[in-house]
Amino acid sequence: MQFLNGITLLLVYQLVGEITVRLLGLPIPGPVLGMVMLFVTLMIRGKAPDSVDQASTALLSHLSLLFVPAGVGMMAHFGRIADEWVPITLALLLSTVITMVATALIMQVTTRWFAKPLTEKEGGDE
Amino acid sequence: MNEPGLKDIWVYLSASPLLGLTITLVAYGVAYRLYLKTNSNPLANPVVTSVAMLIIVLLATGTSYGDYFEGGQFVHFLLGPATVALAVPLYQQFSRLRQLWLPVTISLFCGVVIAAGSSIGLARLLGGSTEIQMSLAPKSATAPVAMGISEKIGGLPSLTAVLVVITGITGAVLGTKLFDWIRVRDDTAKGIAMGVAAHGIGTARAFQVSSQMGAFSGLAMALSAFATALLVPWLVDLLEAWIPA
Repeated sequence: MQFLNGITLLLVYQLVGEITVRLLGLPIPGPVLGMVMLFVTLMIRGKAPDSVDQASTALLSHLSLLFVPAGVGMMAHFGRIADEWVPITLALLLSTVITMVATALIMQVTTRWFAKPLTEKEGGDE
Repeated sequence: MNEPGLKDIWVYLSASPLLGLTITLVAYGVAYRLYLKTNSNPLANPVVTSVAMLIIVLLATGTSYGDYFEGGQFVHFLLGPATVALAVPLYQQFSRLRQLWLPVTISLFCGVVIAAGSSIGLARLLGGSTEIQMSLAPKSATAPVAMGISEKIGGLPSLTAVLVVITGITGAVLGTKLFDWIRVRDDTAKGIAMGVAAHGIGTARAFQVSSQMGAFSGLAMALSAFATALLVPWLVDLLEAWIPA
């Protein structure tokens, strides 16, 4: 029953998110707004109920599975991918590498800049 | 009696969502076991193996993607509630996030802009059509978000879904090697980079490295889904004004 309650709650938040996005013409997808609303709710309540925790752990622990049907969609796009495979593969590969390297370095540098007072407070382990 | 019986069964099965749904779960189950057998080698990523197996089966049986998706959609649909579910790890990591909110905000903003900007720029430079550029732009965001954005900015949502998956796999396979190479050893920084660049597939990989890297990757994925939705349409307009296609 716990799991069922959790899933129901997630779907209710998604539904409210979808409706709000459409009513207000917001530029973000419904599930993302649903996530923000659930996050705000958890902050206000001060704890995540077991039901929501169970349902979210179940869904997120096999997140990769949920991408499989979309990945199989590749077969419907073989033609287009074959036509423009150079820009697609190179742009995708290089851009992913650049994004990962840049973000990791930026995070490392900014953490050192801004989190210094914190490490000093903890005694610092450097 | 036997031969037409078998054919009848196939006719029934190919028109029902049961087969598509079942083979998706079976393929993933096999792929996941294979992945564990190879000691979680990133090259044996379960998404790659299960997608490859399914495409081979569909091509061999002459089944169209549309027919397969009748069943596959039930799994695909769960991406929506899974996106909502990200609020839970986000909430659980909130105290850590509060300490690091400034570095995380800066990295996230830069990461999202670099991801979208570099994919549009590189695709344009290499002669990709506008449709391809726009389909690539939101590739680092999680699938449901990326598909929504792609539709808004003039890409092909179904192609974007495929590119999102390939991006995630690329990030999951290359990630740990790249971080070693640039000497980033902090799990927080690695997690944020993984989540920003390679969404859920990268996050699944990050959880295998450490729970801290996984949590920050999940956090970055959730926040960058939001940031991508807000920033990318605006960035596309900006790029359009700067460098006309």
